[in-house]
Parts: sequence; C-alpha cells; structure tokens
Amino acid sequence: MLDLIVSTLTQGLIYALISFGVYITYTILDFPDLGVDGSFPLGAAVTAVMLVAGANPYLTLLAAIAAGALSGLATGIIHVKLHVRNLLAGIITQTALFSINLQIAGSNLTVDRSSDTIFTAAPTMALFGGLSLLARKLAVTLVVVVVVKLVLDAYFRTKSGLLLRAVGDNSTLVTTLAKNMGNMKILGLMISNALVALAGCIVCHEQRSFSATMGTGQLVFGLATVIIGITLFRRLSFVKGTTAVIVGSVLYKACIQVAISVGLPANLLKLITAALFLLVLVCSGRKGEEIIHA
Amino acid sequence: MLEVRDICKTYNAGAVTELRLFDHFSLSVDDGQFVAIVGSNGSGKTSLLNLICGSIPADSGDILVGGKSIVKLPDYQRYITMGRVYQNPASGTCPNLTMLENLSLADNKGRSYGLTRGINRRRVDFYRSELASLGLGLEDKLNVKMGSLSGGQRQAVALVMATMTPLKFLILDEHTAALDPKTAEIIMQLTDKVVREKQLTAMMVTHNLRYAVEYGDRILMMNHGHVVLDKAGEEKKNTSIDEILGMFNKISIECGN
Repeated sequence: MLDLIVSTLTQGLIYALISFGVYITYTILDFPDLGVDGSFPLGAAVTAVMLVAGANPYLTLLAAIAAGALSGLATGIIHVKLHVRNLLAGIITQTALFSINLQIAGSNLTVDRSSDTIFTAAPTMALFGGLSLLARKLAVTLVVVVVVKLVLDAYFRTKSGLLLRAVGDNSTLVTTLAKNMGNMKILGLMISNALVALAGCIVCHEQRSFSATMGTGQLVFGLATVIIGITLFRRLSFVKGTTAVIVGSVLYKACIQVAISVGLPANLLKLITAALFLLVLVCSGRKGEEIIHA
Repeated sequence: MLEVRDICKTYNAGAVTELRLFDHFSLSVDDGQFVAIVGSNGSGKTSLLNLICGSIPADSGDILVGGKSIVKLPDYQRYITMGRVYQNPASGTCPNLTMLENLSLADNKGRSYGLTRGINRRRVDFYRSELASLGLGLEDKLNVKMGSLSGGQRQAVALVMATMTPLKFLILDEHTAALDPKTAEIIMQLTDKVVREKQLTAMMVTHNLRYAVEYGDRILMMNHGHVVLDKAGEEKKNTSIDEILGMFNKISIECGN
C-alpha cells in the first residue's frame, strides 16, 4: 500500500512538469497547444537514444529541454510568423513530431538494466543511496519538480515574466508597450514545450522505454490537472498557480491509480482520462471557455 | 510633425460590400497640437487612428513622423513614440495583474524586458504620487488586481500608463465614450492636464462635441473619409458649439443617421 502511494506520488510529480507547461500555454497565453502530445515523446526519444548510447544520464535532462524548446519554437513560428491558427499550429507540430520521434529513436526503444538512469547513477546514489529504488525515484523527482517550480515562480516575477503574463491577459497592451507580442508567444511556447519534454525525459528514465504513442492524451491530462488545481485553490489567492497545478497533477494520477486498482483494464486508460477530463470541465463549471490567468 | 500623405484604404476590396473609405487622404498635424476629431459612425475617424498606429495597413500612401516614413513599420515599433488609450477601459490594462504590476510594465516601456525584477520597489512612491494626483483614491490599491476596479478607475490608470514614459504622440480613441458623464469629465480633465504638462501632440476621436470644442486646439470633422471642417487657433476660438453641431447634423442627415 505504501509502495502504491509512493509510486502514485512520483507519477503525479513527474507529470506535474506537463502541467507546468500547459499552465503557461493554456492559462497564461490562452493557447491550447496540441504540440504537447508530440514534445512529450520527443523528450523520451532523445533520452532513450542517449541512454542506450551510454551518455551521462543527467545530460539527457538538458538535451530533452533543448529538444522541447525547439518543438515549441516550431509551433510558435507556424502560428506567429505563418499566421496559422493556434490549434492547427499545434496539430501540425504534433503530427510532424510523430515521425521525427521515430526517426530519432529508430523504433520503440527499451533501455536495458545495464544503463544508468538519473535514479541509479553515482551522484544520485551518493545522495539518496540509503533509499529503496521506489523511494529514490520519488526523491529525485521531487528535487527536479521543486527546482523547476522555484525557477518558474522567479521567472514570473521578472520583467520578461510580467510581459509574458500580459500577452495572455491583454495582448493589445503589449503592442502599445512597443513590444512584439508574437515573440513573447514564441518564448512562452518554447518554455512550455521544454518542460513537457523534460517530463517525457524523466518518464523514459523511470520506465526505461520510449514508445511512439506515449504522447497520446498528454495535453488532455495537462488541461485537466491545470483546471483541477486552479479550481481547487480559486479562493486561496496566496497559493501560486505552479503549486496548484502540482496538486492537480497528483490528484489526477491518484484517481487513475484508484481506477486501475479496482481492476480497470489498461486498455481503457485513455477512455478514463477523457471521461475524467469531461467530469472536471463540467464540475468546475469552466467547459474550457473561461480561462483563468496567473 | 505628423503627416498623412495620399493615403488610400479600401475595405473588402472586390466584394459586394467594397468600401473605399480613403481616396488620397492627406492631413498634417503640428507638434504640440491637440486635435479633436469628430464625425458620425463610419466617417473614418477610428480608421485614421488605426492607420497612423499601424493597426490596419494602408493600401497606398505614406505616413511621416518628423519627416521619416513610418508606414512600413509594424504597429509595435510605431508605439515607441506613441501612447494610446482605447474606448474600452479593459484594453489599456491587464485585468489579472495587480495595479503595481501594470504600472511597472508601463514604466519599463522603451527598455528591454529581461530577467531583472519586474517590480522596482524604489519606484513605488512615484507610482503612489502619480495615482494620488488623479484624486480617485487609487494610491492605496497598488496590490489590487486591475480587473476588480471600475471602468473609470481603469481608464484613469490606462491614461497614466500610456503617458508614463517620454512620448511624442498620444492617441485617444473615444476614450471617454464608455464612461458615465462625471467620470468622463474627470478623465477628460486628466487628459488635458497630461497633454499640456508633457507637451504632447494629441489626436482625440470623440463623439462629445463639447469636449472637442473645449479641449481641442484644432477641430476636424470627418465625413465619408473626407475632412469637411478644419478649424484651428483663432478661427477655432470664434467657432461656437452650435455652429459645429449644425454642420454635424447636416452630414448626419445626409448619412441617414
């Protein structure tokens, strides 16, 4: 039972990185970015290839972030410079990434036990060596998520961060401030997709595998967790958006875990994901129309 | 000096609804002039402002500021020397940012928005005094989200934000139209004060003929993309509101309004 709780918590924290990404695009920029379903496996593909090749496991974190940022850049350029509608821009990137991911990884890849991951490499063992593998996964993930959260919170307080929040809130104002709002959108998409790819990277470390279809439904997951988190803490203005979406992500993964525990076949997982998202939309009264900002 | 030269603008070109609004339209505005633009709906007032600001592209012609053409610059680059206040009070501020965050953003206009702190604590006293001078009691609400303020309060802050940094031009697009008469009067007086203090060149579109006569150095009346009345200086002083209203009624009847 304790193991189940630890692993659910770990899953919730890893996927909270997707929630951060979706929080930036959907909540702050008002941009439902379907490219997420492509940049998540992109992070995993890059990671799997590097691990198989024997690269430093910590380096894969940076490589995934860079790859994700590039995919955000692609969506951004398609939307901002080529004037394609936001949903379509994301779909184009997502579709292209499906092939690109397979091209990077060759095929679905498994990382065998001889390769070190961020959960088994020497620096991690030096810090958390006393813990079981399960607990170590939680500890490492917690460190990554807390660091990302603090960096994001700090960023939102900078001039650039304020301007990014302003783009989603009132893009007209950004233009009259003599700033190119398109460039800010591209920047937001790059940060968002970098975080999503980082989630894919850590999932790859955790499962020791990459599959081309692992991205399916990740945007829906991200949207659901963001809406759960923000709705729960709506009345508590001192709770930061980034904290709220972590809670949303953990709760969501817990619901899925419960569904599996009561004997739900794994094939129905995406159906449950979709149903849960619909439930969240209806119960929160948002129906995806009203967008809440930072 | 702002010069609009031979501007042509056609809406829905080629369609049944084609409307040739400006046909070689020209206008020049001297530095420091407060131009009030009046005219009925569809006369081209707001289109003129949008062309100057680059919100809509001109089909042909040129727009010059201080002798330099700006017609090819994208809108955001033109705003380096321009401020703009819109009819909708929600357009000038970010509703989900606090007033302090809004003011900090505006205060940084013209500089880079990098990774330094967004809010400069040393400027807070300055913001307080700017807000206090509005006389609306906003100086104690710096940490309140903009969206929870009234339309008049938001418009007052939008005006402060638009004129915070050094500017040449202030574009006012029916900026009192959505406010109640008392608040509109306050905003109009604030506008006049800031334009005189900062010696701005202002272009104000308004439906309020009294504001146009009272505050403008120069009155332009537009109809179907043409200037039908243009009075400045002494000539403007000798023009009564009744005279302008008479003219306005005449063109309105022609339009069927």
